Amino acid sequence: MFRLVTKDRALGSALMLIAVLVGSILLLVVGFLARESWPALNEGPGAFFSASGWYPMEGRFGLLPMLWASLLITAGAIALAAPLGLMNAIALRFFLPPGLAAGYRALLALLAGIPSVVIGLWGLVSLVPLIALWQPPGAGLLTATLVLALMILPTVALTSSSALHAVPSDWLRGSAALGLSRWGTITGVALPAARQGIIGGMLLAMARAVGETLVVLMVAGNVVQMPSGLFDPVRTLTANIALEMAYAMDLHRSALFVSGLLLVALVTILALIAGRLGQGQVHAA
Amino acid sequence: MDVSYRQKGIAVMNRLFQTTIAGLGLMGLVGLGHAEDRQLTITGSSTVAPLVMEMAKRFEQRHADVRIDVQTGGSTRGLIDARRGTADIGMMSRALTEKEADMVGHTLALDGVTLIVHRDNPLEDIDKAQVRAIYRGEIQNWSALGGPDQPITVVHKAEGRSTLEVFLAHFELKNSEVQPDAIIGDNQQGLKTVAGNRYSIAYVSIGAAVYERNRGAAIKPLSLSGVAPEVARVRTGEFPLSRPLNLVTAEPPQGLAREFIEFARSAEVHDLIEAQFFVPFGD
Amino acid sequence: MRHRWRDRLLTTLLWLSIAVLLAALGWLLADLVWRGWPGLSWSFLLDAPRDAGRAGGIGSILVATGLILLVALGTALPLGLGSAIWLNEYTRAGSRAGRWTRLSLDILAGVPSIVFGLFGYAFFGLFLGLGYSILSGGLTLACMILPILIRTIEQGLAAQGDDWRQAGAALGMSRASLLWQVLLPVSAPAIATGTLLGMGRASAETAALLFTSGYVDRMPEALSDSGRALSVHIYDLAMNVSGGDAAAYSAALVLIVLIVFINGLTLGASQVWMRKRVSYGYY
Repeated sequence: MFRLVTKDRALGSALMLIAVLVGSILLLVVGFLARESWPALNEGPGAFFSASGWYPMEGRFGLLPMLWASLLITAGAIALAAPLGLMNAIALRFFLPPGLAAGYRALLALLAGIPSVVIGLWGLVSLVPLIALWQPPGAGLLTATLVLALMILPTVALTSSSALHAVPSDWLRGSAALGLSRWGTITGVALPAARQGIIGGMLLAMARAVGETLVVLMVAGNVVQMPSGLFDPVRTLTANIALEMAYAMDLHRSALFVSGLLLVALVTILALIAGRLGQGQVHAA
Repeated sequence: MDVSYRQKGIAVMNRLFQTTIAGLGLMGLVGLGHAEDRQLTITGSSTVAPLVMEMAKRFEQRHADVRIDVQTGGSTRGLIDARRGTADIGMMSRALTEKEADMVGHTLALDGVTLIVHRDNPLEDIDKAQVRAIYRGEIQNWSALGGPDQPITVVHKAEGRSTLEVFLAHFELKNSEVQPDAIIGDNQQGLKTVAGNRYSIAYVSIGAAVYERNRGAAIKPLSLSGVAPEVARVRTGEFPLSRPLNLVTAEPPQGLAREFIEFARSAEVHDLIEAQFFVPFGD
Repeated sequence: MRHRWRDRLLTTLLWLSIAVLLAALGWLLADLVWRGWPGLSWSFLLDAPRDAGRAGGIGSILVATGLILLVALGTALPLGLGSAIWLNEYTRAGSRAGRWTRLSLDILAGVPSIVFGLFGYAFFGLFLGLGYSILSGGLTLACMILPILIRTIEQGLAAQGDDWRQAGAALGMSRASLLWQVLLPVSAPAIATGTLLGMGRASAETAALLFTSGYVDRMPEALSDSGRALSVHIYDLAMNVSGGDAAAYSAALVLIVLIVFINGLTLGASQVWMRKRVSYGYY
């Protein structure tokens, strides 16, 4: 569209350098992880997925129960946070008057900024005893899912709201002119148009959930076992790293880095899936 | 409308002045460090860190040219850093093993380990057999111990902690035998878990337990086969479960490190140690 | 009219969603205020911590936190803006470079914070020699908030219809001018949102900062000093120091007020910037 002027070409090169720098951060992180996990990986990756359980003091490094826990808690959290967050975003864009919307958005931004240690502390002191009354021990799969959903809800809501705001108002007016109700416009025009942004936001939230450490450490129970029920205590990969890294040496430490690598692999898969789902631009005629 | 050359000149000079000041300020902020101070870096156990930090502050007050930086990262980190020289002194909340005999350990204090239950639990005393049975899942209900008809929530510590190792060693348990309902990392997490669950049992540092109980936390330390979980009993050795809190160095310490370690083991800081309900060691 | 029931149902669900969020947030905040309010005072905000943080205040901690956030934002904002602009304006729609960059950002967003902490310690602390320092912590945080920042800014830029760009071309504007004069101000809300989310994440970070900016609670005098961030302080008080709960909750309240303040500033700044450059005439 433009014929690039020298100024623009220089800017383009400078910006590309910046982008390369940013992209290389990931390479550095993965490289670091790979280097630290090499000793354990060398022993043979199969050991990590066997059913031997996680008893590092005895040299057994079975990661499966913790992997499962991470996946379940993340899935549960996004299953709760996605519809709630999306609804809140729709409210922000289509239902709340501008003054209230600004205030509500500030409230969501506030929730997004509360440190995980504070939310975890609240979960441990207020929510876990409550659930323990219903079904001991209280700290378990369900509790962790609930608290994590609360944590990622503002991310979903705010990114989806951003995406919805980006929908051209022409389209919405056109939809109204065609006689669609408000919800008809929302489901028929706004949501499909904002799909990429919304899915991107959910991916961000899911990635955050997978990587969350302190909250699950405090409310998930931390017992390494395959969960058989909603109230079973479980340990996620992240909580495991946090619990044991400070006390691990040699092979044990290396094994923990392997679990870190596994987490990055998980997030990569999530990113690829979301990329596939989000594709396909919505075009106006 | 045109600004005179004089005014432009003044504006430029002002700008230059402001930029220089800002630049100098920024440089000062980035800083060249504190070359004049005598420095000490101490890393390691997060259990020992708050205590050593307070000791360091008191030491700094007495020696104006000293700066002591305390960092956490776990007992293992303290060991590694002291060995490698990244830190001058390491903090560890356990004894050195035979593999670590190349290091020099200086014990600061002893910390007892006690079993705790909820304040409303009628149990007051527990013996070795009962603990073994509970933690192995053989007894699952409080009624077997004279308590209410409720399942026992067994709280256990995560691997690597010396509290866990002291516990397992004393009660002759293997970690794979234990059937926990919840696993905790820090003492505080254990205390909060028990305070929030009427039918749970856990084991934590006596220092932490007594401190919190005195401040009104809903927990109760249990006596072990008749021996009360009191700091005095740990000091005399009657109370059998305890772990040492150590400072370690790669070689016999010299200079500032030696001064500080001597200070930390002297009577001058006993009040700090006792304030945490630990038992001063260098008596 | 056909969808009357569907619409009613959806609207009910919508208000329910808002209610759920308000209830949960309200419960959380009420708890914090109930436990943390008693400890708040001017001296709490200004004094240095004493007795491992149980007494005294958080003055030095606030300064350290501010500096860390400044470094983080100062690094992340230019890098993030640059990357977002490059991704949106300079790469073709399906280009490989663009896709790879976006993918690596998505992956980066999901790396657990504790891994970042270890990476930051190894890379910024050891490899680049920054040690335990505010600089090290700030740079690590910058790495963590870049993905969310870039994604949100990019979205904002992409949302601007080609009208602006075509008008700029018609006027013979260079791309750089167009960006600076028009596109960026119009995307200011998106940039603000990205900054908000990034700052929120940054101020909430604990694990990453514990290993990079460190544990020292002294007032920092240079960016090369170690300094304790507010979130690290809260974590230490709540989970490590006996009797630190009350101070932890008070500090948490302060942190929340800080976040509200920063958010307000960011939103306000973006509105001002946008209004200075862009006015909607007859549209």
